[in-house]
Amino acid sequence: MNNSCATSGNSGPKIRSDCEIVLELRNSGGIEIDLKSKVVVLFGDSIRALCIEILNYFGIDDAFLKVIDSGALPFVISARLESAIKQLKTTDLDFLPELIEENKYSTSSGIFRFSRLYLPGNTPSMMINAGLHSADGIILDLEDSVPPDKKDEARILVRNALRQIDFNGAERMVRINQGERGLKDLEYVVPHNVNLILIPKCESVVTVKSISEKILEIKSNKGLTNPVHLMPIIETALGVEMSFEIAKSVPEVVALAIGLEDFTADLGVPRTSEGKESLYARTRIINAAKAAGIQPIDSVFSDVGDMEALRQNVLSSKALGFEGMGCIHPRQIPVIKQGFAPGPDEIDKSKKIVLAFEDARKNGLGVVALGSKMIDPPVVARAQKIITLAIELGLLRRDWINEVTE
Amino acid sequence: MSVSTVINEAGRAVPIEINGKEVIPFKGIGKHKPFGNKYGPRIPSCSDYPEDGNKVVLTLEEALLRCGIRDGMTISTHHHLRDGDLISNRIFEIASAMGVKDLVWFPSASFPCNDIVIKYLEDGTINRIEGSMNGPLGRFVSEGKMKGTAVLRSHGGRIQAVQDGEVKIDIAVLAAPTADSFGNARGTGGNSACGVLGYAKADMMFADKVIVVTDNLIDLPCFPMEIEGNYVDYVVIVDKIGLPEKIVSGSTQVTKSPDRLLIAELTAAFLEKSGILKDGVTMQAGAGGTSLAIAVFIHEIFKKKGWKSKFGFGGSTKYMVDMLEHGQMGYILDAQAFDLDSVNSIGKNANHIPYSVFNAYNYHSKGNLTSMMDIMILGATEVDLNFNGNVVTHSDGYLLHGIGGWQNCLHARNVILPLPLFRDRIPVIVDEVTTLCGPGELIDVIITERGIAINPLRQDLIESLRNSGLPFKTIYELRDEAVKICGKPSKPMFEDRIVAAIKWVDGTVIDVVRKIKA
Repeated sequence: MNNSCATSGNSGPKIRSDCEIVLELRNSGGIEIDLKSKVVVLFGDSIRALCIEILNYFGIDDAFLKVIDSGALPFVISARLESAIKQLKTTDLDFLPELIEENKYSTSSGIFRFSRLYLPGNTPSMMINAGLHSADGIILDLEDSVPPDKKDEARILVRNALRQIDFNGAERMVRINQGERGLKDLEYVVPHNVNLILIPKCESVVTVKSISEKILEIKSNKGLTNPVHLMPIIETALGVEMSFEIAKSVPEVVALAIGLEDFTADLGVPRTSEGKESLYARTRIINAAKAAGIQPIDSVFSDVGDMEALRQNVLSSKALGFEGMGCIHPRQIPVIKQGFAPGPDEIDKSKKIVLAFEDARKNGLGVVALGSKMIDPPVVARAQKIITLAIELGLLRRDWINEVTE
Repeated sequence: MSVSTVINEAGRAVPIEINGKEVIPFKGIGKHKPFGNKYGPRIPSCSDYPEDGNKVVLTLEEALLRCGIRDGMTISTHHHLRDGDLISNRIFEIASAMGVKDLVWFPSASFPCNDIVIKYLEDGTINRIEGSMNGPLGRFVSEGKMKGTAVLRSHGGRIQAVQDGEVKIDIAVLAAPTADSFGNARGTGGNSACGVLGYAKADMMFADKVIVVTDNLIDLPCFPMEIEGNYVDYVVIVDKIGLPEKIVSGSTQVTKSPDRLLIAELTAAFLEKSGILKDGVTMQAGAGGTSLAIAVFIHEIFKKKGWKSKFGFGGSTKYMVDMLEHGQMGYILDAQAFDLDSVNSIGKNANHIPYSVFNAYNYHSKGNLTSMMDIMILGATEVDLNFNGNVVTHSDGYLLHGIGGWQNCLHARNVILPLPLFRDRIPVIVDEVTTLCGPGELIDVIITERGIAINPLRQDLIESLRNSGLPFKTIYELRDEAVKICGKPSKPMFEDRIVAAIKWVDGTVIDVVRKIKA
């Protein structure tokens, strides 16, 4: 292997919004850039300028750089180039694109997590518009969807995506790898305002604790105070047996998810659509999560073409007690959200609570009461969320409050 | 070579002469009033044609020779065989072998299969193309390699130019899936069925000589005929006029892209909430994946509400046929069939009616269909802050598409452009369009995945949708969002030389395309 030459990224006829970088460090001759880009007329100069800025930032004065660009956005180009540089040069520097204002938010532990959209962590074209589909959460996946030889470059791309892509208010999640690699992944995502970490194939309290400690360490080194929630994914028979311990292991755990493809493989049985083989595991996890006061989240539904089957799946999932489900295609999001959405009774109750709260506020009362029952602030907050959601889902008119009070 | 230009009413510098002929700069919408009479082709006499009506000659060569093909002539073709067309290229292969030079090719559109005419542009057989320039052909023209100046017209503008005598067709070569020996012809039947021949009518009526080429000769009379034999000089029988699999796509497909589906969903929601979509509505949508998705969503709304479209204007697809067959569309008036389902429907369903673009698109006529349409769904490569649209060049300055019926369709009541905010890194909403094809005053709504912009001229729509909950933005906000994501693009550099003129529907010059700076 040539240790002065590195490649990163992707190119090819089907690749969009990405680029491939070939970087060769030289001893003299300055920087030479060979740029092939479908947007060369519009962005050729700015791509060259960005590349030179990055090379200079890492103290590289002499290099041959080949860029095969299929319309990559600047944060993608810089991630690809940084990956190539880091294969050739040991450095503590990171070339960080701006953390956009839109991404400077935290999420609370109890928010709805009906739908969370999986995005392969090394495929920028699927990330750029992902926020438009209004999933409750966006998962940038570093684990199964990234091939082993692309793991390192995916980290940098995901880091830049967390800083640069407006995911439209979705909870910004990352699924890290297992073991040591996963702990290393945290260094690339925790400082960039990630809201939640998914822990794959979780089987023990030790795993959760090591991740939680690592996160605390990174946060305290960087002086960060934003919450980083955890969602362990139970994907093995052992994990199922340990689910309650995992659910209550550390306070950062806000939800427990089940991954049925791996679980059924672990059992040695095929995954069926009626799911009898996983009924025990699913109900066990629901029970463990509820006992620990966190959200149980169902596995993804893999037939992206069959929306009716998905709808049925969501309804039975909700009936069991699950409070959300993973999505592998944006078209699944509305079906899942509607399926887990509050029913008419729930909306009616929330309306009454919100009205009582508004009354109390108008009358300057500190305490909210519905009939003779006192209502705690979290209950009001949850009712307000249900109302907001009902409006968002088109189940309730935006001006329902006027309608009721008139 | 420098040409003198003037600034037209749209603010664009355009020449007053193209290919040695005087042209009129764009004067504003509906401002140019034509005068005089329509062009009249030579008067023929039956005494020059066989009494038994049999006009069959053995080869296309012989037909072209008998038509007197010679240097500088204008040869027209239609594009109903789309990417499967085997005839257009053959004409120039023959002409090249004969040593004929400086022909003008006047197609109603060109397709990737026509890229090999570049060879005949290079060897001097063809002087220029007055039609659409796609892919490598567009690149060839943009790089200044074509001898003459290209002239791009809309489908209606092409008919206007022929009718008004701006373009005199010397020989029209009309490929026909079914014909008889007298020259009556239609688009259905045979191995090369394309459905309809709506774009060939002006050529038939106004060309000096007309050759019908078919691979399916049937006994007289070929009925119902779209090409009428009494306009036809010669009939040529060949093995194959086209490659069936490329004439119609086996099936047109709804987009699978989640982002495009989102745009389609927003479009349907916009149409429903604005009240534009209603019982009895008239509409046209294209065959692109997003348009098809919109058609599917509209169909759902129709079914839910029990509504029906009075008629739809084709290009037809199976999705329109589906509405027709299930009672959600009264008629399809069809100028071209895009897929097999629609080709089959034309022969089968009496309410699926072949309809000439002559009636629908020509601006120099006594009214036409497009201004009567309620909903017009169109595309564009760029739209600018004044809602001006570009469909012929990309932002890098290269010619890449024809105008098609786009300009003609802008006259509909509600012109809606569902577009991605950017394609890869290329913003679609820009400060100023690279090439002006349609004035912004005719473009009502831009629907992107990141928000909907209504033309400020449509205060009625803005007012009625104020509380709709739809994600409205100004066109400036959309532009800013595109720049924020993509960065600010540089502009392409051009030389002075004009390589193509863009005609407006009334024959005036609305803009030009210049040679890309090497």
